[in-house]
Amino acid sequence: MQSIKTIRSRTVVLPYADVDTDQIIPARFLTTTSREGLGEHAFSDWRFDAEGKSRSEFVLNQPGAQGCQVLVAGHNFGCGSSREHAPWALLDFGFRAIISTEIADIFRSNALKNGLLPVVVDKDTHLWLLDNPGVEVEIDLQQTTLKLPNGARVGFPVDAFARVCLLKGVDAMGYLLSKQDEIVNFERVRA
Amino acid sequence: MKAGNKPRTLFEKVWDKHLVVPETAEVPAVLYIDLHLIHEVTSPQAFSVLRRAGLRIRRPDLTLATTDHSIPTIRDIAAERSTAALAAARQVSALQDNCKEFGIELYDVGNERQGIVHVIGPELGATQPGKTVVCGDSHTSTHGAFGALAFGIGTTEVGHVLATQCLLQRRPKTMAISTSGRLAAGVSAKDLILAIIGKIGVGGGTGFVLEYRGDAVSALSMEARMTVCNMSIEAGARAGMIAPDDTTFDYLAGRPMAPSGKQWERSLKNWRRLVSDQDARYDREFSLDVSSLAPMITYGTNPGMVMPIDGSVPLLNGDPALRKALDYMRLSPGERLLDKRVDVVFLGSCTNGRLSDLREAAAVMRGQRLADGVRMLAVPGSQAVKKAAEAEGLDKVFIEAGAEWREAGCSMCIAMNGDQVGEGQYAVSTSNRNFEGRQGPGSRTFLASPVTAAAAALTGRVTDPRRLVS
Ligand code: SF4
Repeated sequence: MQSIKTIRSRTVVLPYADVDTDQIIPARFLTTTSREGLGEHAFSDWRFDAEGKSRSEFVLNQPGAQGCQVLVAGHNFGCGSSREHAPWALLDFGFRAIISTEIADIFRSNALKNGLLPVVVDKDTHLWLLDNPGVEVEIDLQQTTLKLPNGARVGFPVDAFARVCLLKGVDAMGYLLSKQDEIVNFERVRA
Repeated sequence: MKAGNKPRTLFEKVWDKHLVVPETAEVPAVLYIDLHLIHEVTSPQAFSVLRRAGLRIRRPDLTLATTDHSIPTIRDIAAERSTAALAAARQVSALQDNCKEFGIELYDVGNERQGIVHVIGPELGATQPGKTVVCGDSHTSTHGAFGALAFGIGTTEVGHVLATQCLLQRRPKTMAISTSGRLAAGVSAKDLILAIIGKIGVGGGTGFVLEYRGDAVSALSMEARMTVCNMSIEAGARAGMIAPDDTTFDYLAGRPMAPSGKQWERSLKNWRRLVSDQDARYDREFSLDVSSLAPMITYGTNPGMVMPIDGSVPLLNGDPALRKALDYMRLSPGERLLDKRVDVVFLGSCTNGRLSDLREAAAVMRGQRLADGVRMLAVPGSQAVKKAAEAEGLDKVFIEAGAEWREAGCSMCIAMNGDQVGEGQYAVSTSNRNFEGRQGPGSRTFLASPVTAAAAALTGRVTDPRRLVS
């Protein structure tokens, strides 16, 4: 996993509430046994029509979306299926952070484990970002702040442990393995 | 409750018992997992990580595997040569190899216990009160019907559990959903949970474990309770739970992996304590009288876009998500769904693919034919369900009606296995997700109960099942 310190990027806005992981990566692309290369299928049915032609009206197909690393999404982004293919696809597509007022539970957990930063902000900040697509923002994970173009900084919550993992670019497996003795002991006491 | 101890909810009792290391501000809790279910779609990448890191599986004996999501549900899988089937075959063989290498019991196609992961766990008696159960699948919440703490996890976490039998977790909040009254004829557990999701919304449960309680829930069979807990995730909840009682114990008694003899008596004593203490506090509570509930149906593209079957689609009121949903569904604000033409009916899934679901649908359909132009798939949730259904002749009811009677699997619920609803077609489906494209690209799904699905199959229209059941 790539470590995250700051992310500076223009935003692309997907304003709908309750975008589910079936939209982020449709189930027919889950027959893979690898986690690579899923970006080409991200939002597949919104980006392409039934013949596979690009839908030019869809925001991610527009020139302004090129190179954007920050997705501003509607409330409750990532609901539905637990497929970790969703953050894999978004990362591979080029996103590094999602800003919303709420990010669904399992998706948020999966995103954090792969270096895709969920940024939950207040309603007013969110509304402003929805209304102003393409603005340049800076996300500082050290400070856990989002810097808006007017220089204002908005704080956002990140679990302390997840933050350390992201800053270092490490998975939690190492920490869990270090609790081996406690686990053995737990099993013994219970048996 | 021990004297002096703070009253605890059912969730808290199960959570506390599985803390290997309690949480602090800096680190989440290390939570022990009693049962890890795996399937072909969300596990291969976890095994790859393990292999690369040279890690072993800590407790293969607490791990169960099945194939369900991507397998075709036609009888002769080997003859199936579609791209979907070939990709699925690769995934299945990866799971077979992984289970063999790491010593995990696999209920594969051909095994008489194979089936949808959330159907076979309870059937085997592996799902038990007070256990922590996880699976790389969001509908793991199903197992909460037994008073287990059961939730879906991602593939990275599948790897964590395989390697350590533990997960890092922050303690969720609790929400009590207290029910009273009795469901009317033609109204089922599916309608109850759809109504609840309609009330709290698809994000209303985020960060919470829901506990369904009260008279209406106590009156439900185990299968109906599973239907309710199954869809907790559609309200965004971490898990759903129901306190175990005699209905639970009767269901579990004698199942292959349930305790027996002296061990059964001991388990029973522990299980009976798994109820929320009288004065236990929840972070949020809401109550619902179920007596006036009607059969429910979804009109939009998430399970929260739901209404009584005789209602009308809401007005837009400037809601862009609703506008997008109705555009996709080709429905208009204010439109009624009754009598809307239906092309496909899907009876099955981990929500409504159990024996009681098939029975309820068959009772409506016995001796009748599908309406002209309707395609219906009846897909048992497991091979055991299939066998039991055939023993009572339910397969004949469906086949004689003109429906397709299939092998066990996820089928049209996820449409990654060859079974799908055509582009632009309307389906009444007993599954749990009406997301855009969920049942196939361009598919349009109305979620409903088994009896509502059966009624639609006979009339070819969205039909109030109360007209057909007495
Ligand atoms: S039946 Fe549907 S919801 Fe249930 S496990 Fe299978 S794909 Fe998931």
